[in-house]
Amino acid sequence: MSKPSVIIIGAGFTGVATAYDLALRGFEVMVVERGEIASGTSGRTHGLLHSGGRYAVKDQESAIECIDENMILRKIAPQIIEPSGGLFVGLNDKDLAYAKPFVEGCLACHIPTEELTPAEALRLEPNLNPKLLVAYTVPDGTFDPIRLALAFAASARKYGAKFHTYTEVEQFIVDGQANVTGVKYWDRTNNVRGEYNADIVVNATGAWVGQMVEKVGAKVPILPTPGVMVAFGQRLAQRAINRLDVPGDGDIVLPQRRMMVVGTTSFEVSDLDYVPVIEEQIQEMLKRGSELLPGIAKAKQRGAYMATRPLIGSGNMGRSVARTFKCFDHKESDGIGGLVTITGGKATTLRQMAEKTADVVCQKLGINATCATKDLALVSYRDYYRQH
Amino acid sequence: MSEKWTVTFQVFRKKGGEAAHYDDFKIEVDPNEYVLDGVERVWAFHDRTVVFRHACHHSTCGACGMRVNGVEKLTCITPIRDVTSNGGVVKVEPLRNFPVVSDLAVDMGKFYTQMDDVGHNSVNSDFKEAIQSEFRPAGPESDKQEFMRLSDCIECGLCISACPVSASSPDYLGPAVLAGAQQHGIHGDEHLLRLVDCEDGVWRCHSAFECTAVCPSFVDPGWRIMDLRKQVVGERIKRLFGGSSNKNEAEVAK
Repeated sequence: MSKPSVIIIGAGFTGVATAYDLALRGFEVMVVERGEIASGTSGRTHGLLHSGGRYAVKDQESAIECIDENMILRKIAPQIIEPSGGLFVGLNDKDLAYAKPFVEGCLACHIPTEELTPAEALRLEPNLNPKLLVAYTVPDGTFDPIRLALAFAASARKYGAKFHTYTEVEQFIVDGQANVTGVKYWDRTNNVRGEYNADIVVNATGAWVGQMVEKVGAKVPILPTPGVMVAFGQRLAQRAINRLDVPGDGDIVLPQRRMMVVGTTSFEVSDLDYVPVIEEQIQEMLKRGSELLPGIAKAKQRGAYMATRPLIGSGNMGRSVARTFKCFDHKESDGIGGLVTITGGKATTLRQMAEKTADVVCQKLGINATCATKDLALVSYRDYYRQH
Repeated sequence: MSEKWTVTFQVFRKKGGEAAHYDDFKIEVDPNEYVLDGVERVWAFHDRTVVFRHACHHSTCGACGMRVNGVEKLTCITPIRDVTSNGGVVKVEPLRNFPVVSDLAVDMGKFYTQMDDVGHNSVNSDFKEAIQSEFRPAGPESDKQEFMRLSDCIECGLCISACPVSASSPDYLGPAVLAGAQQHGIHGDEHLLRLVDCEDGVWRCHSAFECTAVCPSFVDPGWRIMDLRKQVVGERIKRLFGGSSNKNEAEVAK
């Protein structure tokens, strides 16, 4: 019997992780991506390996996903992680009032925390705002976005997955019974058009999932929500510095390499292909970031950019929407067979998103194969580009 | 857009076996936007056939290296204001000394493989040298884990594109790879020594220091190549006097 085959649209975090998971389960995997690896939202992630602390009060489902996957990624992908830890820093009475629910939330979600006095916090991070009142340690970290995606893609390639980058899916191929049987593609490197066929198609296009399934008249409740990130050419902290408060704008300062990234904001757009940076939001990041680390006010700006989160909507506005991910079987929602959409979630939970998606794919095709990605170290991210 | 400029993006084009040419796109930009934003605007609003690599947009991934008006730049952190003026031209071309995949995208395969061959660690703990005065760790020194950080080199390839020796000797390992070897350190590693102590290795460099001039990530490959020469000479001297600092060799001798 030949292998079951799958086409995955999108080589962002979800796409590459799903490719790896299904390749390990014995599928013939083909990934079709209009840009390159992590050219969309995934690449532009600030790179926070979430401890889950950020969601421990209001969204414990996301918080538990984050801490579990955080620990797994540290094991399987140490090559792309700064395991430097993080702090939640309280600066005023409002922050102090958040401390109790924060600590209780972390406890409920098995996120290890430790309370630090201002003196202890300043000993660890001398550039923190000296007026801080309290700080809590969490197991945050920093990952390199493209290299996280490349490590999964390289591991998928090791198990036979094929990647067609710079190749745009223009249309789905649908048979007489409303089953998707493949895609019509346009290879942008040589202007060639053609068709790929497979037993099932996975739409893993993140914020673009809605636009993608519109091609077959299906719908996904997706709420593309961009936010600004501002990078500074100086590293004033070793750890991820979070504001001890309800998640809001400009409340994370994330060090990586010799830089820091301050993020982020949250608003809605209609055109996803080019989201310009809004100057006022940069100023807001500068102001909010320097509350945590006053040195940011004098640090040199190195870059500013927008990243569009794929939040799952239900008509609600940005931040209140749960950060957890959803997998849609379009047979159930739109009567279209052979098509599954995965979206939402966070970079930190990419492996788990892939596991759940692969479970749905296997179930739909009646295949009995279990996930094997949890304990297997990823191969070198550099292998993705290695000639085979 | 707070300020508006009209600039002409002159984009290098090449598809498959077709002859290379340039396409001009006159576009409106905010001069504070980056060159990569301009290229993305060309793709989003003018020509969907334009192929280019990009991911992080803040200089940590190294995907968006191009030649901008003839100079190697990481386009995501190069403001348009710095490379042209209102009404001016921004010429974007793919990096040299790499095979062109299509238009502005180049193939990093050989380079990435060589970085693995010389053992360049993508995460390491030599933060003291790297961060210098910017960060003074006051925490428990014993907990090394906390100070592991992503390496300075983002593997963008700018140095290899700018290197005059890489242009004339395709087999030359090139600045980033030799800098990777230096960072790893030879420490008696026979395999690494053989890779770098040869005519296409550390001795091919002519000290042009173009690599250091274009490096966007504080690696200073030129200095590292000079330091690697010291390491190689040190190894040779040890061997001359019969010192076997080499663990592998000692193993083999047994």
